[in-house]
Amino acid sequence: MTMSLAIDYAPLGKPLRQEASRDDLVKMGFMAVIGLYLIIALGAPLSIMLSKSFSTYRFDLAAFEFQVSDETGETWGAPVTADALNRELGSVTDSELATSSDGRLAATKFFKDFSFRSPVRYRIRGTTDDTAFLVGSALEKGTQWREYDSGTFRRVVLRPASSLGFDNFKTYFSTPALARSIYNSALMAAISTVVTISIAFALAYGLTRSCMPLKGLFRGILTIPILVPSLLPGIALVYLFGNQGVFKDWLMGYSIYGPIGIVIGSVFFTLPHAFLIILTALSVADARHYEAAASLKASKWRTFTTVTVPGARYGIVSAAFVVFTLVITDFGLPKVIGGQYGMLAVDIYKQVIGQQNFEMGAVVSVILLLPAILAFAVDRRMQRRQVALLSARAVPYAPKPNARLDGLCLAFCCLVSLFILGMITMCQIAAVVKFWPYDLTLTAKNFAFDLMDGGGWAAYGNSIKLALLTALFGSLVVFTGAYMVEKADGFRACRGVFHFLAMMPMAVPGMVLGLAYIFFFNNPSNPFHSIYGTMTILVLCTVTHFYTVAHLTALTALKQMDPEFESVAASLKQPFHRLFFRVTVPVCLPAILNIAIYLFVNAMTTVSAVVFLYSTNTKLASVAVLNMDDAGDIAPAAAMGMMIFYTNVAAKLIHALIARGLLTRTQAWR
Amino acid sequence: MRHAMSIEPTPTSIHRDAGQAVTRPSPYLEISDLWKSYGDFVALHDISLSIAKGEFVCFLGPSGCGKTTLLRAIAGLDLQSQGTILQDGRNISTLPASKRDYGIVFQSYALFPNLTIEQNIAFGLENTGRSKAEIAARVAELLETVGLSAQGKKYPAQLSGGQQQRIALARAIAISPGLLLLDEPLSALDAKVRVHLRHEIKALQRKLGVTTIMVTHDQEEALAMADRIVVMNHGVIEQVGSPTQIYRHPETLFVADFIGETNQFPAKVMSQGQVEIVHSAFSCSTQDFAAGDPATAVVRPVDIIPHGAGAHAVNSVDRPVTPQNLIDAEVQEMEFLGMFWRTRLTAPRLGDRTLIADFSVNAVRRLNIETGGVIQVEIPKERLLLFPRGA
Ligand SMILES: Nc1ncnc2c1ncn2[C@@H]1O[C@H](COP(=O)(O)OP(=O)(O)OP(=O)(O)O)[C@@H](O)[C@H]1O
Ligand SMILES: [Mg+2]
Repeated sequence: MTMSLAIDYAPLGKPLRQEASRDDLVKMGFMAVIGLYLIIALGAPLSIMLSKSFSTYRFDLAAFEFQVSDETGETWGAPVTADALNRELGSVTDSELATSSDGRLAATKFFKDFSFRSPVRYRIRGTTDDTAFLVGSALEKGTQWREYDSGTFRRVVLRPASSLGFDNFKTYFSTPALARSIYNSALMAAISTVVTISIAFALAYGLTRSCMPLKGLFRGILTIPILVPSLLPGIALVYLFGNQGVFKDWLMGYSIYGPIGIVIGSVFFTLPHAFLIILTALSVADARHYEAAASLKASKWRTFTTVTVPGARYGIVSAAFVVFTLVITDFGLPKVIGGQYGMLAVDIYKQVIGQQNFEMGAVVSVILLLPAILAFAVDRRMQRRQVALLSARAVPYAPKPNARLDGLCLAFCCLVSLFILGMITMCQIAAVVKFWPYDLTLTAKNFAFDLMDGGGWAAYGNSIKLALLTALFGSLVVFTGAYMVEKADGFRACRGVFHFLAMMPMAVPGMVLGLAYIFFFNNPSNPFHSIYGTMTILVLCTVTHFYTVAHLTALTALKQMDPEFESVAASLKQPFHRLFFRVTVPVCLPAILNIAIYLFVNAMTTVSAVVFLYSTNTKLASVAVLNMDDAGDIAPAAAMGMMIFYTNVAAKLIHALIARGLLTRTQAWR
Repeated sequence: MRHAMSIEPTPTSIHRDAGQAVTRPSPYLEISDLWKSYGDFVALHDISLSIAKGEFVCFLGPSGCGKTTLLRAIAGLDLQSQGTILQDGRNISTLPASKRDYGIVFQSYALFPNLTIEQNIAFGLENTGRSKAEIAARVAELLETVGLSAQGKKYPAQLSGGQQQRIALARAIAISPGLLLLDEPLSALDAKVRVHLRHEIKALQRKLGVTTIMVTHDQEEALAMADRIVVMNHGVIEQVGSPTQIYRHPETLFVADFIGETNQFPAKVMSQGQVEIVHSAFSCSTQDFAAGDPATAVVRPVDIIPHGAGAHAVNSVDRPVTPQNLIDAEVQEMEFLGMFWRTRLTAPRLGDRTLIADFSVNAVRRLNIETGGVIQVEIPKERLLLFPRGA
């Protein structure tokens, strides 16, 4: 008898609240700390940058008033605005009035017969409270008259007024050289994506659907490009196909500097990413589909187009977006090999480092964010569906030997491996010979980094330090953060925001993050200003830059843990940190180590974000590659690139050893 | 409001109920007016329940009826929306899980995979001011209790499901909790182990005297283990009672149907003690019913008594009376289920509806019951239950 159905509502009343336990407070504290971290390291800088892209700076001459005394310094003339003076003199043109946040305009420009030795005295004030000017480096503001002798007045410069609007974007789109970069970047990214995905698919197909030999070896070779900065393929291409390149003729008169170099280099450094994603997608193929196709007597080609490709379709789309984003946001490669071919990421660098035009840098950043965010959003959707595919119980597919297919796959894998090893070998040779290709005597002089600009061996030391700190601090923050997202019950809204923030870095290109950091941390009124120019900001930036993948790795590991562990610990009256350190961390140790090595390798190779943030004391190896290449020391640049490569290989080996050692000691239960 | 017709209790149940009524002390756990809703969905609907100290109570009901939700509210793992819970006189309604006094075993056991069996059991003992030696002694004692002394150094993954279950139990009782909560502790095991562990758990519970609540959707398990069963459906308590009460005197049709098997027929109350099924009158208790009320008549297959090939004259279909509820029935199908025969009968008096009856092997042999034969069966009037039926 279910009469109860008719009155199925709870009585209104104040909803109960559980009393907070000490654990809850501790967890809340952790959440607050890590939430704050993500806001400081990501949310705040990005929003400042966004606002900067809409800020325009212009000298508002009507806002300054001057008064000039006679030779005695006693009798004063009538106050007159800078605007009025300029109309008379015409010393500053209208286009000179538009400036950047750093713009300065000498006050003496408005006084034709100014002499710094004259006894004439000057007064200056603003007509609004925000009007600002500098005397030397001291900032003055407001409507109060200030009086200076002519010697001091020489050092008075006017500061621009800022206003919000789309002017920066208008300027951007009306500058053909800049606007063209959008097209260039999109074109390069699109072509590289098509090429990379085709190659990656063929490779992954060979490794999963054929019985070719040496699969493990090829897998290893195909992941090599992850271990080097994206500058390195650029340098290799310069040596191979550049002006002195041995294979220059192969290009039939075309130059490697530009689109051709960008595409080849991009394929090189994006290939492992695409390959791994598609490999995963193909690995989960369901043998039953193939059996069904075979029983229907479907041809090989038909099986391929109706079973293989659709099965991996999410993987392919996901990989395509990853490659597109990587290429469009990469800075190192086009910087080295791009020549005069304008690309968005390089534009940011040029605007900021070359022209000190931060606002325009911010505009390019915002433009660069759009495709990255779009790609990210689409990719997330895809992944969600892929998960659904995975969870269906499938019978793994085991390929059968087929001499022709196996031979073909082997040949193709060899070809691609040759390409990858060739590029690396080229850099290796360039690093150890006197002068490629004319003098091939072995030498160590290219490793004498201290003799070149770029930072020397200290830069290499700094990179190792950065990588270690990033790996250590990063795995700590990321894993704890992921634990809070996954295991802290309650705080639902908090956890949602938190997860969103953790997913965001994936969509933020390194250049954009770096620039945002300048805006945020290089502001004297920011309480964290003191970390600007230190190793701390580099670690902060690098951890944040690579946060998402690490976060997802940690989440995956945590999701595999029984959700009742926390309940059991609570029922046994044990604080959650005991559970965390005795069970959660040991069980997730393999994942934590993977996060650490991922962060290490990326910290060694990254250029884009840190290139804005290093100081003379914190020069980095990857930046040194860039700067030495810029200065024409290409062989030392290659040598430094190879140092990064050796270090990463060594780190990978050590990681494997530690992982094995720890696993046998602490994970006997597996 | 949920009154079924009451039938005089059998002598044993009178005795048992009377005994309990006298000895039952003031409740150890008292739940009153408990509600739980997830958005618009009400998962627990005004639950009130008292449990005595040392009692073994089962929450029984179909999947999704709210058993786990109620258990988790008691544990403080999912706070109820409304309502109070008193444990041992202490109001624990809004206390966090760690401040309540209970041990819990989950369906998944949730054993820590990287700790040995001993470390798992010791987990709750550490950090409590006990010395290492004390802890080791207690762990050894618990391992002994659950009969796994030799396995202490192994890891959970190296044990069988049944062994893991016992370790989870040992871990839960290690801290000598006042209340033991078990959420479907046996459902991940195969049938044989399950029956074996039932007895072990029950024996252990008796030995420790710990008040225990077990969630299950297996009626057999509940009947075998519980002192009292709380039958739930759609977030409401349908009935609370001892296994025999629940089985013999279900208060609602749901309970009757959920516990054991039933034959159900639409019926109509004719007069005091008389009910009409199809076109025949049967006698049974009609307490709480008025003449003319529609009802559902229920009889369990095991309660039907075979009387052998019988006097066809008395039982002609035209006569609307069935003295002593005797009817003729034709045996359509017989299925041998080991302990008894399950037969499908059709009786003209029941409008040729199928009547399922379970006959003992003896009776079948003695009365020579076989497929196609016609026999006389009795539906004992005290075993014919009436439940209200919506008009
Ligand atoms: N977090 C939740 N959000 C929304 N609905 C929930 C949630 N948890 C449980 N429910 C709903 O509450 C009802 C009762 O769930 P509960 O887990 O208590 O069922 P149960 O009786 O333990 O069933 P089972 O035998 O399947 O374990 C179910 O209908 C379930 O869908
Ligand atoms: Mg349940």
